[in-house]
Amino acid sequence: MITSATAPGSGRETRDSVVIRFAGDSGDGMQVTGSQFTLETALAGSDFSTFPDFPAEIRAPAGTTFGVSAFQIHFGGTDVMTPGDAVDVLVAMNPAALTVDVRDLKVGGTVIVDTSAFNERNLGKAGYAKNPLEDDSLARYQVLKFDITKLTADAVKPHGLTSREAHLCRNMWALGLLLWMYGHERAATIEWLKRKFAKKPVIAAANIAALNAGHAFGETAEMPEHLVGYVVPKAVARPGRYRTVSGTEGLAWGLVAGLRAAGIEKMVFAGYPITPASALLHTLANLRAYGVVTFQAEDEIAASGAALGASYTGALGVTSSSGPGIALKTEMLGLAIATELPLVVIDSQRAGPSTGMPTKAEQSDLFQAVHGRNADSPLAVLAAATTSDCFDVAIEAVRLATKYMTPVIVLSDGYLAHAAEPWRIPREADLPRFPVSYRTDPEGFHPFLRNPETLARPWVKPGTPQLEHRIGGLERDYDSGHISYDPDNHARMTKARADKIAGIARDIPLQDVALGDDHGALAVVGWGSTFGPIHQAVKIARDEGRDVSHVHVRYLSPFPRNLGELLKRFDRVLVPEMNNGQLVKLLRAEYLIPAESLPKVTGKPFRVTEIAQAIRNL
Amino acid sequence: MTVTTITDAQLAPKDYSSDQEVRWCPGCGDYAILKAVQKACAELGLVRERTVFVSGIGCAARFPYYMSTYGFHTVHGRAPAIATGIKLANPELDVWVMTGDGDGLSIGGNHMLHVLRRNVDLQIILFNNEIYGLTKGQYSPTSRRGTRSPSTPLGSIEYPVSACGFALGAGARFVARSVDTLQAHLVATLKRGHAHRGASFVEILQNCVVFNDAVFDHITGKEVAADAQILVEHGKPLLFGKNKEKALRLKPGKLELEIVPTGSDALIHDETNRPLAQLLAALEPPFPAAMGVLYCNPAASYEQEVYAQAGGSKGTGDLDALLNSERTWEVTS
Repeated sequence: MITSATAPGSGRETRDSVVIRFAGDSGDGMQVTGSQFTLETALAGSDFSTFPDFPAEIRAPAGTTFGVSAFQIHFGGTDVMTPGDAVDVLVAMNPAALTVDVRDLKVGGTVIVDTSAFNERNLGKAGYAKNPLEDDSLARYQVLKFDITKLTADAVKPHGLTSREAHLCRNMWALGLLLWMYGHERAATIEWLKRKFAKKPVIAAANIAALNAGHAFGETAEMPEHLVGYVVPKAVARPGRYRTVSGTEGLAWGLVAGLRAAGIEKMVFAGYPITPASALLHTLANLRAYGVVTFQAEDEIAASGAALGASYTGALGVTSSSGPGIALKTEMLGLAIATELPLVVIDSQRAGPSTGMPTKAEQSDLFQAVHGRNADSPLAVLAAATTSDCFDVAIEAVRLATKYMTPVIVLSDGYLAHAAEPWRIPREADLPRFPVSYRTDPEGFHPFLRNPETLARPWVKPGTPQLEHRIGGLERDYDSGHISYDPDNHARMTKARADKIAGIARDIPLQDVALGDDHGALAVVGWGSTFGPIHQAVKIARDEGRDVSHVHVRYLSPFPRNLGELLKRFDRVLVPEMNNGQLVKLLRAEYLIPAESLPKVTGKPFRVTEIAQAIRNL
Repeated sequence: MTVTTITDAQLAPKDYSSDQEVRWCPGCGDYAILKAVQKACAELGLVRERTVFVSGIGCAARFPYYMSTYGFHTVHGRAPAIATGIKLANPELDVWVMTGDGDGLSIGGNHMLHVLRRNVDLQIILFNNEIYGLTKGQYSPTSRRGTRSPSTPLGSIEYPVSACGFALGAGARFVARSVDTLQAHLVATLKRGHAHRGASFVEILQNCVVFNDAVFDHITGKEVAADAQILVEHGKPLLFGKNKEKALRLKPGKLELEIVPTGSDALIHDETNRPLAQLLAALEPPFPAAMGVLYCNPAASYEQEVYAQAGGSKGTGDLDALLNSERTWEVTS
């Protein structure tokens, strides 16, 4: 909460922005609770940013700390660019959730607990020797103790549920209370419950009863002194139609928009199940009506192979994975580079090495994306900054892949994949157009005849008469496309492949400054999903009177052609990254500048304060 | 396979040759296979621009360069995956996968398994020479126990995989075997494979003159062929020998074949019977090696079903409707 005041007449206090975290057992429905709170927040007109944090285990043993599932939402009127550093209100449905999540609660923050869940068994599983609700261990917080289990059971009693079924309605009671606290409506949630449980009207009615009971509890019950209602102002946003969008949806719809923009009939999206990338396969599997054919391959290698096979026919081949799976696709990327075929590769990065922490986000595949192949194998690499940027980056990836006949890697991450933000919905008519053309003219044709401007080779659909040709991974002659082991030719082809990718720099926007001047004492340079926290931290530093600018790099291979010159206009360059220092090394190598690293490798996104403090400490 | 309706004005086998010089070792069995494939193409009247040869890595994988059709020489073992993508994107193309025992059954074994079980409409031609040729003679997954090679100087101790047995186990719906030197039989077998809609798996016993010469002589040698091979035909008794004087039958009371004189109750070949195909695929000396279509039992092909599920969608769905699906809200100035 940035500021507080009492809104006159309403009896509610005003908050500029609030961070709420719903935490409970994996089976407590915290993700659903958070998503519905997000929807009501959006409909109330606030800006927001969300961050789901769920365990790797599908159904971890109930009551354990490793089974805690949480959903965080930051919402307010201005500058909501991150899910929030510290939590204002923690809803802890059991002791395990309290012990895991209370460490992120602000001093003086509110924690709402279900007293029934704090029984001996659950306390033991969470590692509490004593009940924290009965000693002074939570003295720094405002603790609101409600018997949510009993209050829910009472509310759903008329519907004749089993005690197990009644227990599952607790999350709606908690949601009802939180919606009351922030003056949100319940209508969209009620509508959603009716839809979700259309075939189980009793369950729907019970959940609605629990939701209403939680809301009424806030409205009418004799309030403990700390339970007060708040008003959060609406955000000032560009006029238009909005919706929430997750990074996964942004990528899926961006790929479809890119397909349209390129005028390509069909996309073959081939994937293999892997956390956190699978959601993209699931989303696209429902988009057949948009020319998307999805293929769940036998492994990551086959997924990339099938995508490349599709590109060979003139369709748009797309494959997706996370770090360990991208590693397996490496040889196919090499073939795509050698045969100069378009291929879009989405990497939803996660913490590694090896299996690492599959559900935790990291930005540690930058080296893999830029350099992780045998031989001199350049390709284009882009990174998405926000969930809505995922849409635009996917379109741009399709443009570059088809225009330059090259694989393009899009770096997303586990955080972006699941996070959600409001998105101003574009209209198809306003989207870019970059129609591809397939070669059909046999006159003077050979498969590696280059476009003098882009250096791209022609794209030929098998089925085209008189253009029958053979391509493959063996080196080929620059002037005929036939297999060649000629030493000078190999040097020429290696240079042609490098020049083609380097030339993309002429076709992408110049590097801009996201915030601040284009010269000065310090540039904080970031890429990918750290955009929000870096931007906020730079804003804080500037408010403190520091000479700091924020530079956000979207194009990581090739870099924008003015990037080096821009960075050299700053005395110092600081590079916060969710890895052990990768972009910083690329910048140092490319521009010979003494860029400094600010790494974070905890599997959690940066907090604004961490970056703000690092700036102060310089 | 794809039903071909438009034919080039009667192309000859040589019209399916590219202008590239063939670079297999003199005497290699691959020449005979190339000749047979080109002959099959001509007899089938395949349209060059609608035909794609896809290969992985190895001697066999050079095949596409020698055809005047479209060709894609890919990475080791991955041709089935790439061919699957080609068929998914354009089911109208007639796609052949040319592979070897190392490419298809070792590094690409997983892809081979899945392309067969999915029943993607492809001709998969596996050149089995029981050796890695291009890498200079190491033992392969089909090499027999005791095979001495640079990597097994004391002889291989591994049990080989049966290519046809593997294909049948993977759920292939067309499995056949032929020999590089059985030119007429090979052309006929390739044509049967092409006629089959779905994944058609054809194993060709192929002689590597440099690293594994004469490894099939006990089956293919002129003197022994009649007794060492049985040419199976659907609906016909399983007979072999110079004068078809020997027959295969089920040993009474056992799921096992035995050799008996012709005239007694010879087994009739039923190419729709998978257990019988497994028995035939597994025959080893003193039994004859089974040649011909061991199994053929068609079903809808993978890409055919993918498009059937899509219900003939043209892919022109309303993008604005998609982006505006679920809850939206209006912000006014």
